[in-house]
Amino acid sequence: MLKLEQINKVFNEATPDEKIALDEINLELTSGDFVTVIGSNGAGKSTMLNMISGALTPDFGKIELAGKDVTKLPEYVRSRMIGRVFQDPMAGTAPSMTIEENLAMAYSRDKKRLLRRGVDKKRRELFRSSLETLHLNLENRLNAKVGMLSGGERQALSLLMATFTQPSILLLDEHTAALDPSRAELITNLTKELVEKDQLTTLMITHNMQQALDLGNRLIMMDKGQIILEVGAEEKKGLTIDKLMSEFQRIRGEKLTSDKALLVV
Amino acid sequence: MFSAIFGSVEQGIIFAIMALGVYLSFRVLDFPDLTVDGSFVSGAAVAATMILFGYHPAIATAVALIIGFLAGCITGLLHTKGKINPLLSGILMMIALYSVNLRIMGLTSENSIGRPNIPLLNAETLFSKFQAFFAPLGIDNAFNQFFSMLGVRYLPSTWGTVFIMAIIVLLIKFIVDWFLKTEVGLAIRATGDNKKMIRSLSANTDTLVIIGLGFSNALVAFSGALFAQYAKSADIGMGIGMIIIGLASVIIGEAIFGTKTIVRTTFAVIAGAIIYRIVLALALRVDFLDTGDMKLITAVIVISALILPQYFEKRRERARKARRHEERSAERNYSLTKEGTALVEARTDK
Repeated sequence: MLKLEQINKVFNEATPDEKIALDEINLELTSGDFVTVIGSNGAGKSTMLNMISGALTPDFGKIELAGKDVTKLPEYVRSRMIGRVFQDPMAGTAPSMTIEENLAMAYSRDKKRLLRRGVDKKRRELFRSSLETLHLNLENRLNAKVGMLSGGERQALSLLMATFTQPSILLLDEHTAALDPSRAELITNLTKELVEKDQLTTLMITHNMQQALDLGNRLIMMDKGQIILEVGAEEKKGLTIDKLMSEFQRIRGEKLTSDKALLVV
Repeated sequence: MFSAIFGSVEQGIIFAIMALGVYLSFRVLDFPDLTVDGSFVSGAAVAATMILFGYHPAIATAVALIIGFLAGCITGLLHTKGKINPLLSGILMMIALYSVNLRIMGLTSENSIGRPNIPLLNAETLFSKFQAFFAPLGIDNAFNQFFSMLGVRYLPSTWGTVFIMAIIVLLIKFIVDWFLKTEVGLAIRATGDNKKMIRSLSANTDTLVIIGLGFSNALVAFSGALFAQYAKSADIGMGIGMIIIGLASVIIGEAIFGTKTIVRTTFAVIAGAIIYRIVLALALRVDFLDTGDMKLITAVIVISALILPQYFEKRRERARKARRHEERSAERNYSLTKEGTALVEARTDK
């Protein structure tokens, strides 16, 4: 479904701030894979996601999505096939527009936008029934402006919007990190539900190791622009946080626990 | 007094179309577009030139609208493809249009390339065409009789201009309302609200900005074309400060009528444009103020429309807080006295 081939990216090239963000990244996801990505700050996780979504272009390398070479396609063309949820709950929705208008924009993601009503009767029913699956009572607030919703509600809405048109791949960039623990759990469960319902191919970045272990069938660990560890479906079932940490230590020869910013256990 | 207000309503309705254009760029797209000062004159220049060449005023006005659309699109291109700052793209387009407008009006002159103004004194305009149809209906007489009964002395010669302008403005309002609710319209609004989000939903924000600014300036030029026909002249300087007038209308309207829905906001913008004209006309009647002070008065009106709502909101909040505080302390006192009596009763029971 998704194939990254030898992706390279360097920021601020030939300056003192030069930083190798991605170093020969190779990754392949087959249809229905749910891969969780962990790694310290600056490991290149978000850069990798931004490459896939088209927000950044790689210096070298090739990106294939659903059998097509999308390396040179601009972001807005690619996003017909890609669902995205950002870390910031404010980023995924338009605050001054209503819930139904936001959903209408998500609805036309894989279609051509025309001069016809964004929200008609038929669509409103569809939006209402989809919102019911969130159990947040949003289906009765279709005309409320999204700016009035709480962070958790907005993130749930973003998630629904991202999966609304069954994208070829779903990209989640620490989408529960800005929420309080109970809200984060709600969104995590919702993620599980929505992904399982449509068997979506998913790539999820997280700082929360437990979440990385609980969700998905594969796990990768990144460090300094490289994928340093890949855990397959069978292995992942028996994986624990302790095992992950000792694995990191074995590969990098550094102690993982000493770095507080690295991971939330 | 009445004639001054009547005149400002007529002009206010014409400027309301321009204000709707400014609303589209400033508010909907969140793009401070200064092209307006130039595209307003372009509309006037194109319409006046074509009318002078003998075209039907309706065709001349329609072409003016298209020229405005193109001007807006170029500003959009400068910003999105040329990566020029929004303010600067607008200013560049504005000064470029100054020369273009001189050239357009120059087409009517045989001995010079540019021309700073075109009088339309005896030419047919949309308004005179409509007047020919409107006058025999006898509506003027009916209205004037009614107003003279109310004791109004200076009666307007015709109500036709207000009639046709009201129809046109309402039509445009409905088109804008409808457009902003279409799929393209939703995407344009989202472009002004959250670019990152709408891009992740497969919308080309560059194209949307270009279309949005085109639509905005089409309305502005349309308004300019109508104003030239209303005032019976097109002038190279008529666009100066137009952006501020548009902005004033938007701000005044929003402050008075609110922005709850699109339908309400577009109404607010139109009403704001008319109110602005009336306030200006009334201010000019003050003895020590002169027509030259118009721009200063405009600035004062905009400043007050920006500051006064803040002041009132603060006062309202303080009053609300004081009231809530009193209610709470009253509740507390009440529960204290209740506790007290309970204690006393308990003791006397013993």
